[in-house]
Amino acid sequence: MSKYISECSDWNFELLDTYDNEIKRVAESFHLDTYPNQIEVITAEQMMDAYSSVGMPVGYNHWTYGKKFLNVEHHYRRGHMGLAYEIVINSNPCIVYLMEENTMAMQALVIAHAAYGHNSFFKNNYLFKTWTSPDAIIDYLLFAKNYIAECERRFGMEEVELILDSCHALMNYGIDRYKRPPKLSAHKEIERQKEREEYLQLQVNDLWRTLPVQQTKKAEQKEKHFPEEPQENLLYFIEKNAPLLEPWQREIVRIVRKISQYFYPQRQTQVMNEGWACFWHYTILNTLYDEGLVNDGFIIEFLQSHTNVIAQPPFHSKYYSGINPYALGFAMMQDIRRICENPTDEDREWFKDIAGSNWIETMDFAMRNFKDESFIAQFLSPKLIRELKLFAVLDDDKREELEITAIHNHKGYQYLRQALVDQYNLGSNEPNIQVYNVDLRGDRSLTLRHTQYNRRPLGESTEEVMKHIKRLWQFPVRMESVDDKGEASPICEIK
Amino acid sequence: MTQIIDRRLNGKNKSAVNRQRFIKRFRGQIKEAVTDAVTERSITDIDKGETVNIPTKDISEPSFQHGHGGRREIVQPGNQEFIVGDTFPRPKTAGKQGGSNAGNSGEHMDDFVFQLSREEFLEFFFEDLELPDLIKTQLAKINDYKLVRAGYTVDGVPTNINVLRSLRGALARRIALRSPHERRMREAEAELEQLQALQSDDEALHRTRIRALEEEIKELKKRIARIPFIDEFDLRYNNRIKQPKPITQAVMFCLMDVSGSMNQERKDIAKRFFILLYLFLTRNYEHIQVVFIRHHTTAKEVDEEEFFYSRESGGTVVSSALELAYKTIEARFPTSEWNIYAAQASDGDNWDDDSTTCRSLLMEKILPMVQYFAYIEISELEDKKLWREYTTVKSLSKNFAMQRIKGLADIYPVFRELFKKRQPAK
Repeated sequence: MSKYISECSDWNFELLDTYDNEIKRVAESFHLDTYPNQIEVITAEQMMDAYSSVGMPVGYNHWTYGKKFLNVEHHYRRGHMGLAYEIVINSNPCIVYLMEENTMAMQALVIAHAAYGHNSFFKNNYLFKTWTSPDAIIDYLLFAKNYIAECERRFGMEEVELILDSCHALMNYGIDRYKRPPKLSAHKEIERQKEREEYLQLQVNDLWRTLPVQQTKKAEQKEKHFPEEPQENLLYFIEKNAPLLEPWQREIVRIVRKISQYFYPQRQTQVMNEGWACFWHYTILNTLYDEGLVNDGFIIEFLQSHTNVIAQPPFHSKYYSGINPYALGFAMMQDIRRICENPTDEDREWFKDIAGSNWIETMDFAMRNFKDESFIAQFLSPKLIRELKLFAVLDDDKREELEITAIHNHKGYQYLRQALVDQYNLGSNEPNIQVYNVDLRGDRSLTLRHTQYNRRPLGESTEEVMKHIKRLWQFPVRMESVDDKGEASPICEIK
Repeated sequence: MTQIIDRRLNGKNKSAVNRQRFIKRFRGQIKEAVTDAVTERSITDIDKGETVNIPTKDISEPSFQHGHGGRREIVQPGNQEFIVGDTFPRPKTAGKQGGSNAGNSGEHMDDFVFQLSREEFLEFFFEDLELPDLIKTQLAKINDYKLVRAGYTVDGVPTNINVLRSLRGALARRIALRSPHERRMREAEAELEQLQALQSDDEALHRTRIRALEEEIKELKKRIARIPFIDEFDLRYNNRIKQPKPITQAVMFCLMDVSGSMNQERKDIAKRFFILLYLFLTRNYEHIQVVFIRHHTTAKEVDEEEFFYSRESGGTVVSSALELAYKTIEARFPTSEWNIYAAQASDGDNWDDDSTTCRSLLMEKILPMVQYFAYIEISELEDKKLWREYTTVKSLSKNFAMQRIKGLADIYPVFRELFKKRQPAK
């Protein structure tokens, strides 16, 4: 008798349960620490729904999600793309979607990848631990949906849509990068909401009080900046200080800001998170194969999907669209294990601390304490640079031609590593824009400052975004750009 | 502990609301697309969904981004021959990475493309016509469908691939691409055999010729082997379409004046008028034939393309069209087998004595045979002779309707009687 859990490619609920138990057993033997799982089987249509709400299981209504849906639907129907195999939600319990149409091997792949890989990453990575509240997110999203629906009833759909459009334009600027946000709680949100409405309005009014409080201090106040320090969280600043917003509008700004904050760690750990999940589905399913629990057909089907996911086409291929985070992440995770188990002399020189160490512990440490940029800075090995044949191209608008600045050779390793780190630094990918000044005594205008990074200018959409800011602030808004010499020049003004 | 939940029976249309909002938000652009589609489509083709293209920039959501310029360093994989210090000119499409794979499906990568359902399409179409709600639902409603095979298409979902067709296509392509090589190979082989059998005086020359032939045969074999077994191009998908199940057959006559004064705008109004009648008929009849008759001083039966797009000039004799319609009915559409509808569009100009002839033609010959005759006059001026004669006809017959039209909203009243009559009957 064979020990195979299943021999045909159809799945059923008992088999899902058996596979989950086996995968769980193997995962635990590797000390993976996870939230409990809630595996939900859905249809392709439902997957399209889930897909277009950018992974939020409950979302407020807005046309942008309709646009995503239409796009997904069109491409899927035309056969241009397959649907994602999996969607996993950072919540406790961790929600994993399985698609009905998939075969048993694919379902097992998704369970290992999402329910144990991503899940353990969500639970243990320091960014997720610090910035997200998986216990409360579903409740909060539900609260947000209901609140926005209520606003639509009271103030009209168009009004709400305008505010949401503007907030979405600033979504990436609704984040405290360094200050830890308070934990979410839908219950408290509702309770405090009314209180907050009144309180907020009071505060704003105070700020805009026209009567001078103390004449004597007037001269001194004129010198003072507001805000005293530049503010990076534009949405927060608007929520607290925009002069004319209604309390419900402030609440909507807050909702968009909170949701953006929730997704922030995912944007910062794409390579690591996917690499970690791929590493574990690969390791776990191969263990099942070694134990004789799955047959050759299963493992070949799995390997075929796996290879597709982690493929990295070279830069000159027509399929190339940048570095594939799955490929880089998986390769780096595999490489760390290799360095631990079979270090070469080169590894011993580059990775004194981990060469020859226990791979399970080392990888656990890496998963917990890094984000993409620091992870690459710490663990990208010369061997991998050679394997991927990495090279760096410099594009400087002061020069006529592009130049190759480093290739995968002895001289280039350190340089390439640093350049790649830079590429994954969100700070350098997104323009650095902060609230610089509000003209409290004059025309109430808001001035933002863009600090240039490597002389890179702002893109074409800047003016459109500024119009959205104007809608929220309701007084003139300006944008200045500060070059590498520290000199500010005006770029755009909306009156 | 893991919980496994079956959610398949939960509602699937979670995104329906968001989809509606998107359509609402971009009404303007979508309507333009629908208007274009109405102009391009054939009348009998109006009753289905539409693929809508909207330029991506119109619906993009802005956010702060870096523009071109400054200093960027990018790490890329797959180095082949570069070494440090190599320089090369900046590619023209800088900043548009990955945008090179545009357009093998005939769609612009720059466009946002989606599918408008049949209902949504008709809703946009009805919008200007100011139909009463009841009529809209009546027209848009389909009571019963049947799925009918409709041949094969070149795109579709993988589950619908027709293996037989696809492989047959692949086989044909392989044979077609292979045969010139094979023919040459047979010739070369025969020649080679001959050469090998023969003895030659010049040993060296003989051998070179043999070698050359062998080389050629090898090359040909390689070429044949290189022809792919199956190509994307070979794939065929089963096509099934839904067809409504209505009752019997009808013929619809479209009569239009194409004299010089009917410009493209007027023809466009006329087209919508014909479409509306056609849509109404599709709800009630299984087979509908459309006959297009255009006229200036003489009338002629034409196809749809010519009907709407070719231009003529000269005088106008309306009765010529009526005469031809009458003859056509007599010859091809016996009233025992066909329900006959006629719709006429004109700018109202007519040869002086002709209008009286029109009246008597209608009253005596045509109206007794048709279910309904609808006339629209697209003109600003009132009180033309033809209009007056037709007014007399209207007062005397139940199945005749007429309307002077300035804009699209005026079309519907022509059909009011028709729709009213049709509701209780079935």
